[in-house]
Amino acid sequence: MSDIAITDAAPEPHAHHPFLQHHFEDLGQQHEASTLGMWMFLSTEILFFGGVLCAYWIYRIIYPEAWALAAEQQNKLYGGLNTIVLIISSLTMALAVRNAQLGKRKATVGMLFATLIFGGTFLSIKSIEYWQHFHEGLFPGIHFTWNEVPALAPKVQLFMTFYWSMTGLHALHMVIGAGLLIWMMMRAWRGDFGPEYYGPVEIMGLYWHFVDIVWIFLFPFLYLIPGPHNG
Amino acid sequence: MSSATLHDVRFVEPEGTRNYVTHDYGALSWLLTKDHKRIAILYLFSITALFILGGFFAVAMRIELLTPEGDLLTSDTYNKFFTLHGIVMIFFFLIPSIPAVLGNFLLPLMIGAKDLAFPKINLLSWYLYMIAAVMGLYIIITGGVDTGWTFYTPFSTQYSNTHVFGVTFAAFIVGFSSILTGLNFLVTIHRMRAPGMTWFRLPLFVWAMYATSIVQLLATPVLAITLVMLMFERVVHVGIFDPALGGDPLLFQHMFWFYSHPAVYIMILPAMGVASEVVAAFTRKKIFGYSFVAYSSLAIAFLGFLVWAHHMFVSGISVYSAMIFSFLSYFVAVPSAIKVFNWTATLYRGSVALLTPMLYILGFIGLFTIGGVTGLFLAAIGLDVHVTDTYFVVAHFHYVMVGGAVMAYMAGLHYWWPKITGRMYPEWWARLAALLIFAGFNLTFFPQFVLGYLGMPRRYHAYAPEFQVLNVMSTAGASVLAAGYVLPLIYLLWSLWYGRPAGPNPWGAVGLEWATSSPPPMENFHETPVVTWDAYDYPAMMKAMGETQNV
Amino acid sequence: MAEEHDYAPAHAPHIHVTPMWVYLAVFTALAVGTLLTWWVSTIDLGWMNTPIALLIATTKAVLVILFFMHVIHSTRLTWVVVIASFLWLGVLFVLTFADYLTRIWQIY
Repeated sequence: MSDIAITDAAPEPHAHHPFLQHHFEDLGQQHEASTLGMWMFLSTEILFFGGVLCAYWIYRIIYPEAWALAAEQQNKLYGGLNTIVLIISSLTMALAVRNAQLGKRKATVGMLFATLIFGGTFLSIKSIEYWQHFHEGLFPGIHFTWNEVPALAPKVQLFMTFYWSMTGLHALHMVIGAGLLIWMMMRAWRGDFGPEYYGPVEIMGLYWHFVDIVWIFLFPFLYLIPGPHNG
Repeated sequence: MSSATLHDVRFVEPEGTRNYVTHDYGALSWLLTKDHKRIAILYLFSITALFILGGFFAVAMRIELLTPEGDLLTSDTYNKFFTLHGIVMIFFFLIPSIPAVLGNFLLPLMIGAKDLAFPKINLLSWYLYMIAAVMGLYIIITGGVDTGWTFYTPFSTQYSNTHVFGVTFAAFIVGFSSILTGLNFLVTIHRMRAPGMTWFRLPLFVWAMYATSIVQLLATPVLAITLVMLMFERVVHVGIFDPALGGDPLLFQHMFWFYSHPAVYIMILPAMGVASEVVAAFTRKKIFGYSFVAYSSLAIAFLGFLVWAHHMFVSGISVYSAMIFSFLSYFVAVPSAIKVFNWTATLYRGSVALLTPMLYILGFIGLFTIGGVTGLFLAAIGLDVHVTDTYFVVAHFHYVMVGGAVMAYMAGLHYWWPKITGRMYPEWWARLAALLIFAGFNLTFFPQFVLGYLGMPRRYHAYAPEFQVLNVMSTAGASVLAAGYVLPLIYLLWSLWYGRPAGPNPWGAVGLEWATSSPPPMENFHETPVVTWDAYDYPAMMKAMGETQNV
Repeated sequence: MAEEHDYAPAHAPHIHVTPMWVYLAVFTALAVGTLLTWWVSTIDLGWMNTPIALLIATTKAVLVILFFMHVIHSTRLTWVVVIASFLWLGVLFVLTFADYLTRIWQIY
C-alpha cells in the first residue's frame, strides 16, 4: 500500500504537449477518440440527410412526371459547376490535412484558405441560383407562382420543398464549415499543428468531405432526373 | 483472479481529501463544470423538476377521469394535458434519466477513466437540454400543444391552433442533447477503458449504456429531420404530409416511429443495465449468462430498429408490410426475455438481500415482464385492431416505462446514492416508498388493461359510464403512486445532511466505482486502476475478504 | 489498416501520409464521374437512367470516403461505424418502401 501524503491527487508527471487534454493518457488516445467522435457525428448526419432523402424518394416514385418536370426548372450549369467546385475544395482540404501531417505550416494555411475560397464560390453560385429561383416563383408557399403545367404544379411545389430544404440544410452545413475553416486557419497559422498533433485538421477534413458527399448525391437527385422532358 | 486490489486502500482517499462536490465552490463552478459527476448532478435536478411537471399533468388527467363526464377540463385542455404529459415524460424525463444521471456519473468510474471522452460536449448536452426545457416551459405557460406527443399530421401541421412549431423545435433541440450524450458514451467505452478492462470484464451496465448509445446516435437524427419537415410544413403548407395537397400522412408516421420505437429501447436498456448491477450486488453472485446478457443488449438495440410500423397497423399501411413488421416485432422480445431468465437464474440460490434497490428491481422484473408480454399481444395484428388506441396500449407502455424504467431508475438512484453523495438513505422509509410505488402502480395501471380490453379509448376526457369503477380504482392507485414518489424526494434530500456517512463500498459490491471513495474525488481515481478481475467476481472477492460487509 | 487498440492506446497518433498522386487520381475520377453522370442523364436509357446515376454517385462517394477521408487506412472500428450508418439508413429505406411498394397489392 503506497503512502498518500497529499490532499489532492498529484497530476501524473510527464512532459505535456500543450494540446493534450488531461483526461486522456496521451496524444494517441486523444487523436483516436476525436477521430472516432467525428465519425460518429457523421453517422448522425448520414441519418439526418438520409431521412429527408427517404421522403424525397418516396415522392419521386409516386410522382415521377412532376419530379422530372421540376428538375427541368433547375439550372444544371450552376449545379454542375458547383459540383466541380466542391470536389476541388475536397481536394484542397485533403491536401491541407496532408500538409498538417508533414508539419508544413504555411502550406497548411494555404490549402485551408483555398478550401475556404472554393467553399465560398459554391455558396455564391448557390445564392445566385436561389435568387433566380425565387424570382421565377419557385419558392414553395405563398411565393410559389410557377404554373406552366397547372395539373402538376402542386407536385412541382412539393419537389421544390425538397430542393430548398435539402440544399438549404447543405448550405447551412457549408456555412458552419466555412467558419470552422477560418478557425483552423488561425490555429494553423499559429503553428499548432504538426506530425504529433494534426487531429483537428483531420476531423475538419472529415466534416468537409462529408458535406461534399451529400452534394455528390444531391446533384443528380435534384438536377438530373430523367423523364419525358430530358435534355 | 485476485480481486484483493478491489479493496486496496490505495484507491481510496484519506479523510479530508476534496471530493468532486467540495473541489471548488460557487454556482459558476457547477454551471461551467466539465466534470461528468457534476454534470450528472445538474441533470438530476433538471429531470426531477421535469418529472414533477409531467406528473402534474397526469394527476390532472386522473382526477378528470374520476367521472365519466368531462367536467373538470374541457376536451381541448385535456388534449393539451395528455400531449404535454407525454412530451415532458418521454423527451425530458425518461430518455435522459438513467443515461444522463447514472450513466454520466458512473460510466467513467466503471471503466476506470478520469472523465468521458468529450467533457465539454457533455456540458453542452446539458445546456441543450435546459434550453429545450425552458422553451417547452414557455410554450406550456402560453397555451401548450394538443396534438398528442406523436404530432400526427395533418392535424399538427394544418389544423391545430397551438404552439406546434415551438414544441417541435424544443424536441429538436433536446434530441441533440441525447445524440451528443450517446456519442460521448460510445467513444468513451471504445477508447478510454483502463488497462485490463477488456470488453467482457465490463459491468453489464456499461454494455447496456453502449447499446443505448447506439440507438441514441442512429435513431434521433431521423426524428430531427422529421421534425424539421414538420416545422417546414407547419409554416409553408406545401403538403409534405397533407393528403389534401398530395402528401402522405403515413410518411410522417413512418419517419416519426423510426425514431420513436427505438426510443423506447433508449428508455429500457439502461434500466436493464441497472437491473443487472443490482441483482449481482444483492445476490452476491455473478450474473448468470453474462455474455448472453451483454449480447442481448446489442440485439435489442439492433432489432428495435426493425419494428416501428407496429404503431401503424391500423393507419393504412399495406397488409403485407404490416405482416412483416408484426413478424419482426416478435423477435425483439426474445433478447429481453433472455435477460429476464438470466436475472431470475441469478436470483436462484443467491444470497438475496431485500434492500431497497433489490425491492425495486424485483418489481421491475415482474412488471417489465407483464408489460413486455402485453406488447406481444399488441404485435399480433388481429388483436391490435381491437385494442389499439385503447387503454390497453396505455397500460402496456406504462407497465414497461413506469413499472420498468422508472422503477429501475429508482433502484439505481438508491443503489448508487451512497457513492454519489457519500450518505446512506434511510432504509425503512425507502422500503416503504418502494412498496407504495409498487402497490400504487399496479392499482393505477392494471385496471387500464381491463378498460382497454373492454373498449375504452385513450385520449378522451369523457367515457361511457360503465367504465367508471375501473377508472376510480386507477385514480386511487395514482394517488398512492404519487405518495410513493413524494417520499424519496423528502428523505433523499434529508439524507444529504443527516444520512449516515457511507464508506467507499457500503454494499460490499464488486466494481471499479466501489473502489474509490464516496463521493469520488474529482479525477475519480488516484491512479489509473489496472483491472485483473472479472465482472461480479464475488466468489474471489468473498474469499479474499472473508465475507465481511461494510454496511 | 491501423491496429485496433483494446485498452493500451498508442503514444502518438498513427500517421499515414497519402501520396499526392493518389489524391490527384481520386480528384480526376470524381471530376470525370461528374461529367459522366451529366452526360448519361441527357441520353434516354429508360428505367436504367436512375440506377446508373446512383451507381456513379455511390462510386464517387466511396472514393471520397476511402481516400479523402482515409478510411482505407483507418481502424476496423471506423469501418464498422461507416458501414453501420449506411446499413441503418438502408433499414429506413427498405422497410419504408416495403409499405409503399406493396400498397397496390390486393389481398382479395
